[in-house]
Amino acid sequence: MKRRDFLKSVSGLAAASALTPAPAIWSSAKAQARSETLLIVSESGPNNLDIHGVGTNVPGYEVSWNCYDRLISHEMKSGPGGVPYYDRDKFKPELAEDMKVGDMSVTFKLKKNAKFHDGAPVTAKDVKWSLDRAVSVGGFPTFQMGAGSLTKTEQFVIVDDNTVRIDFAKKDRLTLPDLAVIVPCVVNSELVKKNASEKDPWGLEYTKQQTAGSGAYKVTKWTAGTEVVMERNDEWAGGPLPKVKRVIWRMVPQAGNRRALLERGDADISYDLPNKDFVELKDSGKLNIVSVPYSNGVQYIGMNVKIAPFDNPKVREAVACAIPYQKIMDAVLFGLAKPMFGAAADKATEVAWPQPTKYVTDIAKAKALLAEAGHPNGFETTLSFDLGFAGVNEPLCVLVQESLAQIGIKTTINKIPGANWRTELNKKVLPLYTNVFSGWLDYPEYFFIWCYDGKNSIFNTMSYQSKAMDEYIAGAVDAAAIGNTAKYDTDVKGFVDLAFKDIPRIPLYQPYVNVAMQKNVSGYQYWFHRRLDYRALVKA
Amino acid sequence: MLTMIGKRLMFAIPSLIGVVIVTFLLTRALPGDPAAYFAGPAASKEAIEQIRKKLGFDKPLIEQFFRYTNDLAHGDFGTSLTTGQPVATEIRNRLPASAELTLLGLIVSVTIAIPLGVLAATRPGSWIDHLCRVTTTAGVSLPVFFTGLVLVYLFYFRLGWSPAPLGRLDVFYSAPTHVTGFYLIDTLIARDLEAFRSALSQLILPAATLAIFSLAPIARMTRASMLAVLASDFVRTARASGLSPSTVIVTYAFRNAMLPVITTLSMVFSFLLGANVLVEKVFAWPGIGSYAVEALISSDFAPVQGFVLTMAVMYVLLNLFIDILYGVIDPRVRLEG
Repeated sequence: MKRRDFLKSVSGLAAASALTPAPAIWSSAKAQARSETLLIVSESGPNNLDIHGVGTNVPGYEVSWNCYDRLISHEMKSGPGGVPYYDRDKFKPELAEDMKVGDMSVTFKLKKNAKFHDGAPVTAKDVKWSLDRAVSVGGFPTFQMGAGSLTKTEQFVIVDDNTVRIDFAKKDRLTLPDLAVIVPCVVNSELVKKNASEKDPWGLEYTKQQTAGSGAYKVTKWTAGTEVVMERNDEWAGGPLPKVKRVIWRMVPQAGNRRALLERGDADISYDLPNKDFVELKDSGKLNIVSVPYSNGVQYIGMNVKIAPFDNPKVREAVACAIPYQKIMDAVLFGLAKPMFGAAADKATEVAWPQPTKYVTDIAKAKALLAEAGHPNGFETTLSFDLGFAGVNEPLCVLVQESLAQIGIKTTINKIPGANWRTELNKKVLPLYTNVFSGWLDYPEYFFIWCYDGKNSIFNTMSYQSKAMDEYIAGAVDAAAIGNTAKYDTDVKGFVDLAFKDIPRIPLYQPYVNVAMQKNVSGYQYWFHRRLDYRALVKA
Repeated sequence: MLTMIGKRLMFAIPSLIGVVIVTFLLTRALPGDPAAYFAGPAASKEAIEQIRKKLGFDKPLIEQFFRYTNDLAHGDFGTSLTTGQPVATEIRNRLPASAELTLLGLIVSVTIAIPLGVLAATRPGSWIDHLCRVTTTAGVSLPVFFTGLVLVYLFYFRLGWSPAPLGRLDVFYSAPTHVTGFYLIDTLIARDLEAFRSALSQLILPAATLAIFSLAPIARMTRASMLAVLASDFVRTARASGLSPSTVIVTYAFRNAMLPVITTLSMVFSFLLGANVLVEKVFAWPGIGSYAVEALISSDFAPVQGFVLTMAVMYVLLNLFIDILYGVIDPRVRLEG
C-alpha cells in the first residue's frame, strides 16, 4: 500500500467514525411490532428445545412449557402477596377435555379441536407415543416420570382415537401431579417419526432444534446463546388465546446491563438479577417487582454424618446454634427470602414443608454443646459451596465461617466450580457445605424421599440414614396413597421432628423467585418450575 | 512466492497436530464431569451414567481421541452441549461477529494511535507527547469490562445516545442475508440502510471499548520506533540535504518505522480476537470469545477444542499475512529470512 493512500484512507475512516448516528427512530410499523412483542432478558438461554433431550438445561424447560401441551395442568389460586400461584391440588384440562380418575387408572378424553402447529390433529396415538418416549429416553425425563410411578410403556393405553387410559403401577398420590409437570408433554408423533433415524428412534435430534407440539407458542427462530423468538399459535386449543403475539427472549450475560435495560424501559421482563438490584428496583418503584418463595425449596447448611466430627449429633446441634441466621437474611439476601429458623419454642410441628426450625443464633449454647461433644477447643474443617451461585453462596459462607470461628470451629472455604459441583456432591465427601434443593412436586414426602431417605439419593448430601426416618417416609407415602389423613399427618410430623432433632442439614431460608417487569406488563403466574408462563402475560 | 507460502503452510501442520493433541488432553484433564452437569438438577446416579454413555464418555480415552480426530478429518468439530449446536456451524456464525468488532476496534485504534505516536515522536517532551503518554497509560490500565460498563452507563443509561447493548442488531431488525457475515457489509449489499445504521450504532460502543484498550501498544510502539528511526543516519542525511521536514518524516522515517508497528498490530489483533470475551459479555455480543468461555465453565469439550483449533489456524494465517506485508513495506525483508 502506498503511504499516501494509506494516510488518506485512515483520515477518511476517522471522519466516518466521528459521525455518531443517533439510535434508530422507530418507524410506525416497528412501534406496532414493539407493542405486540414481549422482550425478555435473562442470563442464559436454552440448549435444547425439547425437555426429553439429552441434558436439556433449565431455560429449555421454559420453551417446552410454553410450546407444548400436557393432558392436564393446574388451576391458579392467590399465593403469597396476592401473586397468582399454581394450585397444587386442582387440575384443569389442557389437551384433555375430560379426566376420569378410577381406582387403578385414569382416563382422558382429548379435545377434538386440538391441533399441532403443522395442522395435524392431536390423537391418542400421539399421546401414547409421547408418554412412551418420556419413560424410554432415559436421563432426567424418565426419572421424573418414575417419581410418579410412571415407568412402563404398557401403562399408557389407547382406548380409541380420542381416548387414552393411564394404568397405575401402584397407588401413588404423585401420579396425577406428575402428569401435570413439564415432562409428559405431547409431541407431534408423525412429524417427529418422519425425522427420526435408526440411531435416534425418538427423533431427539429433530425436536432439539424445533418445536413439534400443539402449545400456545412455537419457536420461529433460535440462535443458541443469543436469542429465542416465539410466535403465538392462534389455533391453540389448550386455553384462552394468549395476549402476547410474539416473545423475544434475549440472553444478556451482564446483570448490570439487564438492570439498565429494564430501567431504560427497553426490556419488558428479567428474572435473574442479584438480590441487591431487586431490592433497589423495588424501592425505586419504577417497575413491577414480584417476589415469591420457591415452592418446596430450602437453602441449607449440610453436614456429612459419615465424617467425624459431624457423626456426633451434639456437634451438628452446636453448628445449628452458631449459624448467623438473621445476618444472612439481612446482609446476603436483603430480606428477599423466607426465614426457616427461629420458630417460637412452643410452636407445634405442622403438617407442611418447608417449615422453620426452632434454632436461633446462640453462641454460648453452641460452645456448651461443643464442649459436651468432646470438642471444647473446636476443630478444623472445610466449608464448600457452588461457585455457580456465588452471588449468594460466597457472602453466606463468609458469614458462617466468621460465626463458627467464635465457637472454635476453624473453616477453610472451598469454592467449587458449577460444572464440578454435582460431581462433588455425588461423591458425598464434603464435610460441611451449603446448597439448595427444591422439588417440582410440592409434597413434604417428595422432598424427604430425595433428601433424607436411607436410599441415599444424590440429594441426601449428608449420607443420612435412619431406620425411623425411612419408616416415617414410607408410612406417609402409603397413607397418602390410600387417603389415610390421620396416619399421614402423624408420619409427616414424625419425619419433620426427626429431621430437626438429628439435624443433619440446617434449613436457613426459602429462597425467592424474583421477577422484575415493566409497569405495563401484568399477568405473572408462579409455577412449580419457576419459569415464565407467557400464556398469561399481558402487555398493555 | 507461492512455493514460499506453501512451505510456510506445511510447517504449520505439525504445530496444528500438536494443538489437537494438547487441547484434547487438556479438556479431558479439566475438573468437572460433563455428564453430571448435563444430567440436570434432579438426576440420580443411573441418570448420570446413561448420559455419560450417550455422550460417549464411558469409552477409553484413546478411543475417544481417535473418534475425535476421525470426526475432525471429516470437518466435524462435534456438538456443543451448552448450546446444542454443531461447533463448526457456531464458529462459522460467531467468528464474523468477533472479527467485525475487532477489526473496527483496531481501525479506530490505529487511526488515533499512529498519528498520536508519530506526533509524539517528532516533538518529544511537548504537550502532545504527554497526551500520548497519558492516553496510553489510561487505556491500558483500565480493564476492558470496566471501560465497557462505564461507556454503557454513560452513553446508554444516562444519556440515551447509544442503543441498548443487546448484541449486533436492534431486537426488531432481522439480520441481513449472510454474505460475508459482517453486518456492516451485508446490510449494504442488501441495501437496507436502516439495518446498516442499527448495526453501526450497535458497534460503536464495543469497538470504542476495544480501541481504548489497544491504543497503548500501538501508540507506544509507533513512538519508540519513530524515535529510533528519526535518530538514524539516513534521516540526518535527508535533513542535511534540505528536504522539507514533512518529506523527511512521512516519506523516509515513517515507512521505515512501520515494521515493528505492523508486528505489534498483528499481535494486538490476534490477542483482541481471543481476549475480547469481556467486551462480548458486556455487550451481549454473539462472538467466539464468550462462546469458548461459557463452554469452558460448563466442561463442554467440543467448543473449547474447536475454538483453540480455529485460533491456531488463524494465528498461522495471520503470521503468514504479516510476513508477506513486511516484504511489501520493506523490500529488503525476504520471506526466507
